Order: sequence, then structure tokens, then C-alpha cells
Amino acid sequence: MSQGDEPSFETGVVKKFLYLNRKAPYGTVYALEVLEMVLISAAFEQDVHLAFVDDGVYQIRKGQDTKSVEMKSFLPTYRALEGYDIEKLYVEKESMEERGLTSGDFVVPVEVIDRAAMGSLIDSMDVVLGG
Amino acid sequence: MLHTVNKSPFERNALDACLTHAKKGSAVLLFEDGVYAATKGTAPGNTVAGVAKDLKIFVLGPDLKARGYDESQVVAGVTVVDYGGFVDLVVEHGPVTAWL
Amino acid sequence: MKFGILVNEGPFNHQASDSAYKFTEAALAKGYGIYRVFFYYDGVNNANKLSEPPSDDRHIVRRWSELGKKYNLDLVVCVAAALRRGIKDELLAEGFRISGLGQLIEAGIQSDRLVMFGD
Repeated sequence: MSQGDEPSFETGVVKKFLYLNRKAPYGTVYALEVLEMVLISAAFEQDVHLAFVDDGVYQIRKGQDTKSVEMKSFLPTYRALEGYDIEKLYVEKESMEERGLTSGDFVVPVEVIDRAAMGSLIDSMDVVLGG
Repeated sequence: MLHTVNKSPFERNALDACLTHAKKGSAVLLFEDGVYAATKGTAPGNTVAGVAKDLKIFVLGPDLKARGYDESQVVAGVTVVDYGGFVDLVVEHGPVTAWL
Repeated sequence: MKFGILVNEGPFNHQASDSAYKFTEAALAKGYGIYRVFFYYDGVNNANKLSEPPSDDRHIVRRWSELGKKYNLDLVVCVAAALRRGIKDELLAEGFRISGLGQLIEAGIQSDRLVMFGD
């Protein structure tokens, strides 16, 4: 995080932010830079939600070791989210099961919800980023 | 909510992901390579026409035209809009979810 | 009504910047406000003043600069994404500025709608 020293910003407005993660890690940069947005929105004291849908569920799969590809691993940042009071993490059940994963395969505590509930969650947000 | 899809339905699952999550009555705009999903005689076009009673489906005219399609080749139930119409959709339908 | 615009892709490689530009232009023509245009990921390359497309193509960087000048737009390039890609102050086209990612979140809070263009 290059902006790790940013102070918290009080705007007096709290919006529901959703970071919709649908991309696998490492193959493209999208997942990594979404995490940077997540951390900054916590500094703005917004109501932050993270959703893992489609290949996004791979982002939090246990056991990632990026040493040989020389890329930055995501896992330490995900583990740090709790410290920023970011605890609303949702995994889509259908996406998880299609990929042969279970709720025990993730590095952080998540709530597993079905596609209809995910649709309702998205529908209830003020700002949706990622995608 | 307004959902946008800018990917060809033949290349990625963005359209399916959008249609299976969008709530009844929401609006969906197909633009960039997403416009192919609105064309007649295609499997995705049939899917889009089939959901048009539950969702309000729009397609961006300039992107259609750029790809060699005109309004007569758009499936029934889909409304063609220009960039001003895109702006109006964002104003009328609230927050935007972009399915990338 | 005020919009925030997020551009996540660079010029020419993807239509995202073109679509964002056309949307922004149409919103301004209808009299809506643009709170900020934020350039993230490879989108930071939209601010590179060294970009020199062939004369029969649209000049994406200059087009943003000119729209910015005409409407006094806040065109913000993410510092972390920019530094990774070698985009620094001395490379910025007219009207762009470099700032933190907080400017995007603030745009999400202060705008009535945040509209994202990407891949």
C-alpha cells in the first residue's frame, strides 16, 4: 500500500460501497488494485462490502505462493482487512461450488450466500466498484 | 439499479453474470462489444429477448452502428439509445453496476 | 445531479476511455455536473502528454485536456497506479493532476452516481 499513511477522512456521509470481485488473481492486475480501493474506503469510514463472484472466489483461496512468479501475494492484505473493520465479505455459493471449493478453502472468514441473495446485495448498494 | 455489459457474450460470461443477478425491473445497457448480445439470429439475442419482460434492456446505438448493425437487426424488446440516453438511464435508474 | 467518472483502461487499447469521454460529453451537454474524472489502473496513460496518434485518428489525451479546459473538469490520475507505470508530473498533459486513491472514494461519496468504464 503506497497510501498506507493516509489519514482517515470524515465527510459526514456514509454510503454503502460494494467491491465486486469477479476476476482471478495474478493473471491481470484488477484484483490487486481493488484491494487498494477497499483499504482507502475504510479510511473514509464508509460501509464497505466485498463480494466474490465467478473467478473472484480464487482471490481468497488458501495456499497461494507467488515466490516463483515474483508477484505480490494478496493473502497478507486480505488477512489485514479485519484490522480495518472490514468484515462484510460475501462469497457466492454457486461460483464457489462450480470451482470445486468449499467455505473451508478461504483465508478469511466469509459469509456464503446464494446467487439470488448476491443479486439483492448488489441491488442495495450505493456505489459498486470492481466488476 | 442500472447494469452495464460491455463484453461480447461469445467471449466472456459478463452478460450471463449480469442477467442472473439483476433484479426484476432493473435496467441493463449493452454497449461496446456487449452490443452483439442484442442482435437477431444469435443465441444470446434470444436470451436477451426472453428476459426483456422482466428487465428493461437497452443497447447503445453508436456502438451498434460502429459494428455494422442497425436498429432493424436488434431483437424485440430492446431499446436503442444514444450517449445522451445512456446518461438518462444513469439518472433514472440509480447506482450503476458495470459487469466487466 | 453530479457524476463521478472512473476510467480504468488506457487509451487506444480498449474502448473504455472513448466511452467515458462520450458519456462525460453527453452528461455535460445535458447540463449535469461532473464532480471528477478519475483515472486508475492503465487508465493513467490517458494523461500522457507524449501520446502522438496518427493525424487521422482521434487524439484521446488531447480530447480529455480540451474537455477539461472547456468545463473546468477535475481530471485526477491515481498516484500509485501512475508511478507504477512511469507517469509523473512532468509527463502530464494539460488539465490533469496526480493525487491519491482517496480522490476516487471521495468522488463516490460526493457524486450522485459513480460510472465506471473498464475491461
